[in-house]
Amino acid sequence: MATLTINGKKHTIEADSSMPLLWAIRDIVGLTGTKFGCGKGLCGACSVLLDGVSVRSCLTPVSAAEGKIIVTIEGVENENKVLQEVWDELNVAQCGYCQSGQIISATALLASNANPSSEDIDTAMSGNICRCGTYPRIKSAILKTAELNQNSK
Amino acid sequence: MNNIHLITRRSFIRNLGLASGGLIIACTVPSNSSKDKQKLRAFNGSTFEPNLFIQLKDNGALILVASRSEMGNGVRTSLTSVIADEMEADWTMVTVKQAPGDAKYMDQNTDGSRSVRTLFEPMRKMGATAKAMLIAAAAKKWDVDASTLTAKNHYIINPVTKDKLFYGDLVADAATMPVPENPPLKDPKDFNFIGSDLKSVDGKGFASGKPKYGMDIKLEGMKYVAIARCPVTFGTFTSYNKEEAIRVRGVEQVIEIPKINRPFGALGGVAVVATNTWAAIQGRDALKVEWDNGANESYSTDEYTKMIVDNVHKKGKEVQNIGNVNRAFTNADQVVESTFVMPHLVHAPMEVPNATADVRSDGTCEVWAPTQDPQTARTEVATFLGVDLAKVTINVTFLGGGFGRKSKPDFIIEAVAASKAINAPAQVVWTREDDIRHSYYHAVSAQYMKGALDKDGNVTGWLHRVAYPSITSTFAPDTGYAAGFEFGMGMTNQPYLLENILCENAKAPAHVRIGWYRSVINIIQGFSINVFVDELAVKAKKDPLEFRLNLLGPDRIVESPDGYNFDSAKLKHVLTTAAKNAGYGKPLPEGHAIGLAMHYSFLSYVASAVEVSVNNGKLKVHKITSVIDCGTAVNTSTIEAQMQGAAIFGMSLTMYGKITTKDGVIEQSNYHDYQVVRMNETPEIDVEIIKSTAKPTGVGEPGVPPIAPAIINGIFHATGKRYHSLPLKDHGLV
Ligand code: FES
Ligand code: FES
Repeated sequence: MATLTINGKKHTIEADSSMPLLWAIRDIVGLTGTKFGCGKGLCGACSVLLDGVSVRSCLTPVSAAEGKIIVTIEGVENENKVLQEVWDELNVAQCGYCQSGQIISATALLASNANPSSEDIDTAMSGNICRCGTYPRIKSAILKTAELNQNSK
Repeated sequence: MNNIHLITRRSFIRNLGLASGGLIIACTVPSNSSKDKQKLRAFNGSTFEPNLFIQLKDNGALILVASRSEMGNGVRTSLTSVIADEMEADWTMVTVKQAPGDAKYMDQNTDGSRSVRTLFEPMRKMGATAKAMLIAAAAKKWDVDASTLTAKNHYIINPVTKDKLFYGDLVADAATMPVPENPPLKDPKDFNFIGSDLKSVDGKGFASGKPKYGMDIKLEGMKYVAIARCPVTFGTFTSYNKEEAIRVRGVEQVIEIPKINRPFGALGGVAVVATNTWAAIQGRDALKVEWDNGANESYSTDEYTKMIVDNVHKKGKEVQNIGNVNRAFTNADQVVESTFVMPHLVHAPMEVPNATADVRSDGTCEVWAPTQDPQTARTEVATFLGVDLAKVTINVTFLGGGFGRKSKPDFIIEAVAASKAINAPAQVVWTREDDIRHSYYHAVSAQYMKGALDKDGNVTGWLHRVAYPSITSTFAPDTGYAAGFEFGMGMTNQPYLLENILCENAKAPAHVRIGWYRSVINIIQGFSINVFVDELAVKAKKDPLEFRLNLLGPDRIVESPDGYNFDSAKLKHVLTTAAKNAGYGKPLPEGHAIGLAMHYSFLSYVASAVEVSVNNGKLKVHKITSVIDCGTAVNTSTIEAQMQGAAIFGMSLTMYGKITTKDGVIEQSNYHDYQVVRMNETPEIDVEIIKSTAKPTGVGEPGVPPIAPAIINGIFHATGKRYHSLPLKDHGLV
């Protein structure tokens, strides 16, 4: 038995405490926006926010997530809705599969650095692979969101 | 124009999963040669088997059934927008539904960069027909001549009276109008969406994790399955011990998956069935399996590569012989020779292969899978189960990338076999390790090129000899030789005007499953030719740009039976445009140089100019400038994205891509030893799309082939060092 707080909702689940959070979220809680890409912390497709930090849920055991605030792509609209809108507006996604993880990492970046440089973005986003090659638009979307957030302040 | 059908049969509509009611128009598309004349036939009966549908509902909602798979190619948006454009529809009223696999949609295989190319004209006609019928309905209502009316943004307008009628309000009347013989198509200058950067219909969903990919399907009572497959291709298990697997919490049983000896059959293996994916994988990893590795155990790519390199240095099978190359070499002022070596590659799309199947006791089977080719999947599933096609439904989910991997249904058959064995819905999931080790690989290759130069630096002789395991080995007995369609991807259709050409094929039998990989053999042959021409330019002491333009010769058209003629002027134009956009010939920062390459593939013309430098022995790609002429640009945002993606895909294979085997076993396993380019390595990528009103041509693949040779050529001009083999990681450059 484990209790997880995901997107503001508590879920009590039957799962081995060593089960990676990724599979608990996908197969037991049933939120499928978080994706499996490598299972080894190499691609970032499984990224979720754990107390605001972008972590690889494929390597995070359920036990390490208990008592923490988990945000998945389904809950990003409460964190940074503008980012999602800009993502859509700039047509960032190609196949879309890596994009949940990309948006989670970008959300974490913008929460800790409201005005990231191109190099800051490289550093924060290089753990997220996009095999379709959407990197140029991901960078544009992050820069544009930062700009919009600055202007609205 | 007599093959557009009005479909009124309710059962038919139900089959499609569309709400009934409204105006539906369907039409046929020729399945093969574009030379076949487009025919649209009037219809009110029940036997038509169409492949495309428009449904306009009485509330104005416009639904398109997409027959091709969405895998990042933007096809759900581009195809929809073509109809909406001709129809003068309001884009915000459009939604897209995905078609299941069924021959009535004609060919649904999403490969060869041809979805827009083959469906553009039929889509336009469908839209135009719908519009004409809506106009006719309005004309009847108002009792005016139809030719006086216009359509705009979901309304039929009477310009004289300024009256307007909403499309939704015309549905019932439009359905009774005769299908027009030849509805006028719009003048391209009046296009609303075609040629624009219209946003993806799925963009909002992508940004919120909503689209359902294969693994996102959850069925009542569904079990998760992971399979242990023989590490050597086509090997089989002899025995296994399941004790430890069964002990994993969540594991329910261990079953055997048969090996299916069909062209795209399953590899077979031992499968662990569990209540969640994690348990299935843990259980699978705990299995102890003894394998009979079979004949491919001897396959080690190191030795194999040496063998095919040897083979290309010997006389091969002639596939093209023009003029007299031997005389050209004898009379040459200089002879240039090079040998090119490239490894196996694997697609590694972000979403691993997976499929969900439900084989039911009533003999029906329903599948949900990220497939590029639902029709082949349907046939293979029906054959495996021994049931009629009609009993099998293949639902196409979103694809988390395909790149050719997901055109083969092996992973779908596995899910069907598993569901059949356990009498419950089954979802088969591959790990990344499974994906890297049990794929259909891009061919390993060796190539030998020899060129003759006269004293003025003109190319007088051209020998090109290739060896690579053929894709045909996957679905036909392997002769060890490649096929005509493979030679035609850059070798026998090379663009230069040459008098003496000899193309040969040397032997290279297959020892792993060989498959299509984004751009296919164009990657191999486009690489050698583009690097070799650069070498010839250097030997001839000419500027590489000028040299290429001269070698292309006077502008000429090479006719093609499919009606898509090769126009050398277009290739020249993309090359000069890329050079200009990249600032070729202008002073560059110290140590930088620009490498050029161009390639004609999937009927599109692409050139890339890549600015690189090498510092402390490490390559830096500063900027990629690509130019594409793909005829009419249907969606400029999608084309730009595909060209950017292709540049990054090309960089990955240039820098890192390499699959090797030792004793038949693939040595790589995940993204740490099969690396791909990441954000921090991504250069500025500049894309220009040539304006054109010609028929649209391929977009998804043609951007890839020029990248690797342009980088290699750039490195040479920056450092004086010429590399003939990939990836550059092997040379310590990355
Ligand atoms: S699936 Fe977790 S990092 Fe790849
Ligand atoms: S959009 Fe396809 S992997 Fe990133």
